[in-house]
Amino acid sequence: MTSLTAKPGAVWARVRVGNLTWAILALLLILGFNFFFTPGFFTIQVRDGHLFGSLIDILTFGASLMILAIGMTLVIGTGGVDLSVGPVAAISGAVAASLIGGASDASQTPLWLAVSAALLVAGLCGAWNGVLVAWAGIQPIIATLILMVAGRGIAQLITKGQILTIYYEPYHFIGGGFLVIPFSIFIVAAVYTVVALLTRRTALGLLIEAIGNNASASRYSGIDQRLVKLLVYTISGLCAGVAGIIISSNVRSADGNNAGLWFELDAILAVAIGGTALSGGRFSLVGSLIGALIIQSLVTTIYSFGVAPEVTLVVKAVVVCIVSLLQSARFRALFRGASQPQGG
Amino acid sequence: MTLQPVIVETRGVSRRFPGVVALSKVDFTLRRGEIHALMGENGAGKSTLIKLLTGVEKPDEGEILLEGQRVSFRNPHEAQEHGISTVYQEVNLCTNLSVAENMFIGREPRRWGRIDWPQVYARAEQALARLDVSVDVRQPLGDCSVAIQQLVAIARALDISAKVLILDEPTASLDANEVETLFKLLRRLRDEGLAIIFITHFLDQVYAISDRITVLRQGELIGSYATAELSRLALVSHMIGKALDDLDLLQERKAEQEATSDDAAVLEAQGLGKRGTIEPFDLRLQPGQVLGLAGLLGSGRTELARLLFGIDSADQGQVRVQGQALEIGSPAASLRAGIAMCPENRRLDGIIPDLSVRENIVLALQVSRGWLRTLGYAEQVALAERFIELLNIKTSDPEQPVKQLSGGNQQKVILARWLAINPQVLILDEPTRGIDIGAKTEIQKLVLELAGEGRSVLFISSELEEVLRCSHRIAVLRDRQKVAELDGRTATEAQLMQVMAERSEHDIAYS
Repeated sequence: MTSLTAKPGAVWARVRVGNLTWAILALLLILGFNFFFTPGFFTIQVRDGHLFGSLIDILTFGASLMILAIGMTLVIGTGGVDLSVGPVAAISGAVAASLIGGASDASQTPLWLAVSAALLVAGLCGAWNGVLVAWAGIQPIIATLILMVAGRGIAQLITKGQILTIYYEPYHFIGGGFLVIPFSIFIVAAVYTVVALLTRRTALGLLIEAIGNNASASRYSGIDQRLVKLLVYTISGLCAGVAGIIISSNVRSADGNNAGLWFELDAILAVAIGGTALSGGRFSLVGSLIGALIIQSLVTTIYSFGVAPEVTLVVKAVVVCIVSLLQSARFRALFRGASQPQGG
Repeated sequence: MTLQPVIVETRGVSRRFPGVVALSKVDFTLRRGEIHALMGENGAGKSTLIKLLTGVEKPDEGEILLEGQRVSFRNPHEAQEHGISTVYQEVNLCTNLSVAENMFIGREPRRWGRIDWPQVYARAEQALARLDVSVDVRQPLGDCSVAIQQLVAIARALDISAKVLILDEPTASLDANEVETLFKLLRRLRDEGLAIIFITHFLDQVYAISDRITVLRQGELIGSYATAELSRLALVSHMIGKALDDLDLLQERKAEQEATSDDAAVLEAQGLGKRGTIEPFDLRLQPGQVLGLAGLLGSGRTELARLLFGIDSADQGQVRVQGQALEIGSPAASLRAGIAMCPENRRLDGIIPDLSVRENIVLALQVSRGWLRTLGYAEQVALAERFIELLNIKTSDPEQPVKQLSGGNQQKVILARWLAINPQVLILDEPTRGIDIGAKTEIQKLVLELAGEGRSVLFISSELEEVLRCSHRIAVLRDRQKVAELDGRTATEAQLMQVMAERSEHDIAYS
């Protein structure tokens, strides 16, 4: 497991604190289930120098969720929540698509410029959330609800109400290309590395956890909470932007209405499964990545197992419920016969 | 004066909570037609006694008599039905409902199964008219002043039942005129035969309104006295627990270092104040000086410190640090200027419970450096280990979550957080509350050591002994006003208590 903290002891402390054990266990259970019941689940084939297989699919289709979960982790760490990531992803895809245009051989705008513009807009959306939360003092759930509702409208305004189809091949590479493994995995790795460096190599992570765990004490310690919050919502917006580009690139189109639909809820779920408390404080980026993988492997499992589509959501709900119960210290205590007092 | 009949009486009631005896064998007598002040510092057992009387808690032993009959209320509702009503400090009414709705909520007069609104309004007006309050009972309660809201709460309580009225800090958010209006009303109700229990931290008000005073201290009954026969000084000494005769005991002298009074001030407040919180005050702190802050609970000690540090924004006056004006209302600016504050409530404002001892210690230092100039992990551990050793913090490991430590050790961790930034001025608000004697002495020693190094400390404590032992000068607060400043080397507890208790007209600036 990667972690950027220096000392092995500290890494282990994080694993314990972040409740990573239970998330890893849940992931292994799901994979183990497939090992016995889904033939060929672990088969990885090499075709044209690319890797193929269910496991690779999980990574590919889970990429956008993992990136959203990374941004969401920081927001939740401060005790907030960002409900607007799905719509912001749709906005980002719409910006990129409208700048690239519908031609197959050439893009209207240089690819780097289209991607930068999409990220810029997404970052601004995040910053808007941050300003509402930190300066206007609106509760995060309400502040981000504004963009959650308005975002899909904005995305449709950008695409003029159409589903824009993108035929430009280089754009498709972002979400659908391969460098032996899917290119989107490299993007996840890059986003994780940047955010992990930003939070663990600087003091940002400490400040986020301090604010989320005890806002009043943080104020006595001189932390400028507004700047930290602005920063985390902006990062969450940027992550949504990256995810939006991957989604639109993967399906070769920008659909203001449906791109990233309900992803904000999956992202929150991934963070929760990953062991970060929704009340804020200690957060674990690795945990959120595992949480996203659990959700994605679950979906893939359900599909490859041939469960009827109408039952899919129920199965998903049941598994999520089990994982959440495993996470709960109080629930686990029931099975130790006595309730374990929580320190302090 | 003929004695009125007793209406409520407790005989030897005790109430224990895990680890504490909140009330121990307390006898308390309340008569018809008297205003009875219940006095005591924090943790004296006032609120526990009230909770027993109103059925919120049950006594572990002893009995409660109402008009000579033994009673055992299962809940506040039952107590109310028997004629005991309470009005709390924070008016617990619904500000979005109308005045009349608030008065009859949960017991609306009904007709054909529906609320009889004309009767609600008429009865509300009647009940308020009895208290000489004239307001439109249809307007939302939130549109009324706090004083009117308070009166509405009293009217509601009286309308439900009118034998015993308990007022818990009813004047905390009222201004002088409103207090006078309330008092007029209380006197009238008393003359009509109502028994009133009155809890307040304002000594002046106790003497203005009460007929008798019962003093509790650490769960025990100290005594009941006729107000006219109990001097203020005696009252304060009963509350704090020092007999006046003991007071000329020797004072432990401060360390040798002497702050010379002509030194430039490191921190200076001029006319700093906030309406409704604390009256404007001046304060000077010199290098190497410990300035003690004494005053009864609610006298404004914490409020003063919060204004100084910038947790609350002052609406007048200014603070200068080494001659430079300080931004008002910004803890971050105060920290940059070298002022740190260790807040009174360790759990709410101090520790970051889930973070480790190491992270709790380095937090303020890291913040003062800015989040990009990160302290390396090795540096953090070294810093944490240094303070763990220096302050003798008992922890298994710097990585242990701070919430697992005992109260005294948590307090030391927070102290370490502030010491780590090497502040010029350290404001300590009740740094020794709720920690054991050993840790207490260590913290007192530390305060004097800091002063020896030329640092300044503002030391707030409700324990006079401690204030006297540590302070070079002592500022005294009373009723949210700074009333005097004493020389800590010559002041005695008797002197200090006298100033804490005195009437406002007799203020003398000691020096």
